[in-house]
Amino acid sequence: MTQVPIGIVRFPGTNCDQDVFDAVAAVERACPVWLWHKETDLQGAKGVVLAGGFSYGDYLRAGAIARFSPIMEEVVRFAVDGGPVLGICNGFQILTEAGLLPGALMRNDRLTFVCRPQSLKVETADTLFTRQYERGQVISFPVAHAEGNFAADPAMIDRLEDECRVVFRYVDDRGGKGLDANPNGSINDIAGVINERGNVLGLMPHPDRAMDRMLGSADGRGIFQGLVEAAA
Amino acid sequence: MKARVEVHIQLKPGMLDPQGETLEHALTAIGYEGVRSMRVGKWITFEIEGDESDAVESQVEEMCDRLLANPIIERYEYHVMREES
Repeated sequence: MTQVPIGIVRFPGTNCDQDVFDAVAAVERACPVWLWHKETDLQGAKGVVLAGGFSYGDYLRAGAIARFSPIMEEVVRFAVDGGPVLGICNGFQILTEAGLLPGALMRNDRLTFVCRPQSLKVETADTLFTRQYERGQVISFPVAHAEGNFAADPAMIDRLEDECRVVFRYVDDRGGKGLDANPNGSINDIAGVINERGNVLGLMPHPDRAMDRMLGSADGRGIFQGLVEAAA
Repeated sequence: MKARVEVHIQLKPGMLDPQGETLEHALTAIGYEGVRSMRVGKWITFEIEGDESDAVESQVEEMCDRLLANPIIERYEYHVMREES
């Protein structure tokens, strides 16, 4: 059976790389490959993950400096050619800074670093990454961020909604808009968005930390399964 | 020419600035009345050498657009001050 190489990018300050490595390795046929930020080729990776952390210490703005790393030129080229790219937390921030996803991630409205299990609604199962879920399904991934407040101009928000590109939304445990359901003040409770072509997904919550029921949730497995299937 | 550059960056008007709001509340709490519309930004300074001031100005603007500010959420202004050498 052919292996499917999945590149996991490491910047100075990335700290979820090992979690993502294990999450990818748990999918049948997947073969995780490390990609250091100074590298200039993807080593044959058929899919790419930008893991969470604090690349470059979050200096200036989260993700602002990482996007100019040599490896990012290759990641952008790969994404523009239609290759599947997943950005988690800091990875999402980097994807917006790189222009692969619209909008920006601002400081949480309550100013604190939010770290907790978070219920999410899967708004569309019609993407490469969410085929394992059902539309409207409520799942749980941990969130852990200080800059997750998704913002974009009103025209872009309308467009994302009209084109069903809001993939995940923050909800309460029962799938509603309960008080405190949204951990960061993001507009329309947006937790994750996909690009127009449907091959680049960014989300603030961590599917890589939802891989084992014993640790609270195994809901994250579907995302990595989707990624590997898309890459195969 | 040699120049000293100052760049000021702030969230665009209308963008929620929780840091500004929190500081405003704190100032009120310690007795300063009438403080309104507080916004927190960044102030970046550096030196630059270039052939002529137009070229330096356009270079600084490009730096702001590409890296120093995120035009989606922030606005910036800059001052290029020529230093004789």
